[in-house]
Amino acid sequence: MTDHAGKSVRADAAAASVDGGPEPVIRVVDVAKEYPGGVQALGGVSFDVPAGELTSIIGPSGCGKTTTLKMIAGLVEPTAGQILVQDRVVRGPGPERAFVFQDFALMPWATVLRNVAFGLELRGVPRKRREAIAREHIARINLTGFEQAYPHQLSGGMRQRVGLARALAVDADILLMDEPFASVDEQIRRKFQEDLLMLLSEEHKTVVFVTHSIEEAVYVSDQIVILTRGPGRVSKVVRPEIERDGSPDEIRRNPGYLDAVEHIWSDLRSYLET
Amino acid sequence: MTGSDVAAAAAGAQPRASGRDRRVAAITHPWLLRVASIALVFGLWELGGAIPVSIAFPRFSATIGAFAEMLADGTFAAAYSQTIRPLAVGVALTGFGGILAGIVMGLSPRARWFGLPIFIILQAAPSAAIVPLITFLYGIGFAAKVFAVVLLSTPVIVLNSYRGISDTPRLLLEMSDAFLASRWQRIWKVVLPAASGLIFAGLRLGVAQGFTGAILAELLITPTGVGDLITYHRSLAEYDHMFAAILSIIVFASVTITLLQHVEHRIFRGDRRVA
Repeated sequence: MTDHAGKSVRADAAAASVDGGPEPVIRVVDVAKEYPGGVQALGGVSFDVPAGELTSIIGPSGCGKTTTLKMIAGLVEPTAGQILVQDRVVRGPGPERAFVFQDFALMPWATVLRNVAFGLELRGVPRKRREAIAREHIARINLTGFEQAYPHQLSGGMRQRVGLARALAVDADILLMDEPFASVDEQIRRKFQEDLLMLLSEEHKTVVFVTHSIEEAVYVSDQIVILTRGPGRVSKVVRPEIERDGSPDEIRRNPGYLDAVEHIWSDLRSYLET
Repeated sequence: MTGSDVAAAAAGAQPRASGRDRRVAAITHPWLLRVASIALVFGLWELGGAIPVSIAFPRFSATIGAFAEMLADGTFAAAYSQTIRPLAVGVALTGFGGILAGIVMGLSPRARWFGLPIFIILQAAPSAAIVPLITFLYGIGFAAKVFAVVLLSTPVIVLNSYRGISDTPRLLLEMSDAFLASRWQRIWKVVLPAASGLIFAGLRLGVAQGFTGAILAELLITPTGVGDLITYHRSLAEYDHMFAAILSIIVFASVTITLLQHVEHRIFRGDRRVA
């Protein structure tokens, strides 16, 4: 499953490529963020996100990963620089972007069905249609039978799948995921990573994925943006060209995978020590 | 319900629970505890009346007898039909206006700076001392009673609504932004449901306060309705009837408040209906 995912994501990216590199759908240009009180969260960050690929943002806590993602989402305004999505400057959230929150952000008073359909509800899609679409996505995340359940009746892993289904239901081209698997336990996390790769292989979406796990970043990403702390800057952009032919376990034992993890770790460690 | 679940879970987890554990579980069953709590209060009441603590303190059994009598001969029906009118009008006014004021204060800092001090002062004011002053403004008629209800119920309704709105989780606001909610959608679909718990808590307390206001007006301004029942029976030294009237207020207020809770769960919080 995963090898299919890896291949098709790359095949898609290759199709969109110009001069050997895929077309960037998001461009982050010299973006800085200073919070009131003079706290400098980001100091001039630039990177491109190629279309149809999965780009991870990784770095130590406090380096501005989530701030960067929220600025791409249009939820936080940069103090300097600009972000272009599909060649337009970001001035707020837009229909081409959907967000998956770390802490799920489900409405506790709404059923799974309404939560998944919420993005469509806000866009004025008629009830019957949006519920039919939501049911499809609930089926894809294997929560059929839980349509009428409330978030407090679900486990953390199930809640995050609802959050993912809500983002997929609005059918945005770009999926922004803020440490989506941070609040679920390790076994479920690995299953999710594989499910995510499979979903992406079917959907051909561009994904920006914030994580603090190097292994996770290397396992799922086509491109990894490494940020450093105080204030956040891009240390390096890595493309971990991993052979994804094989089982998930084989990939995790693959020398290319292990080298990429080691490479990123040594890079981050040099910043932690200084 | 939760308690019984816990008890059931405990029993299920330990199939070979000792007899003592089972007896503890039976004694601590929620319904048994509830009945015991009520029985204790009524028992003490009966005892206090039997001593007697004061000649003005009737036994519980005598009060219940008077209660049944007043219920049967239509005394309560007549009294409540009078008391309920200023109460309903007053609570409708504060329910609508107070919640609206609280919402506006929760959403706009300027309205908050202007409004919050007024309601905090109103809440701290000694209302029983102010109620008789209403007659200077509104005379002794219907309007004065409505005003008394409004005076007592407004602060708690406004302040709770305000608190509920301003405590909306930031994460949910961010979520509604990310999924392109308009300003109205954000208020109607996220802020209000999130605040509904506190708004309705304020409304329940407000109804209880408004009830106090209506009775105070009937005791202090013009004797009508339930307030008149209390005053009248006290003047005749029919203390069992007087206490029956007081008991009826407690019953009426409890039923009203429980009904409000059901309304809240139906409209906004389907998730709490099961719990």
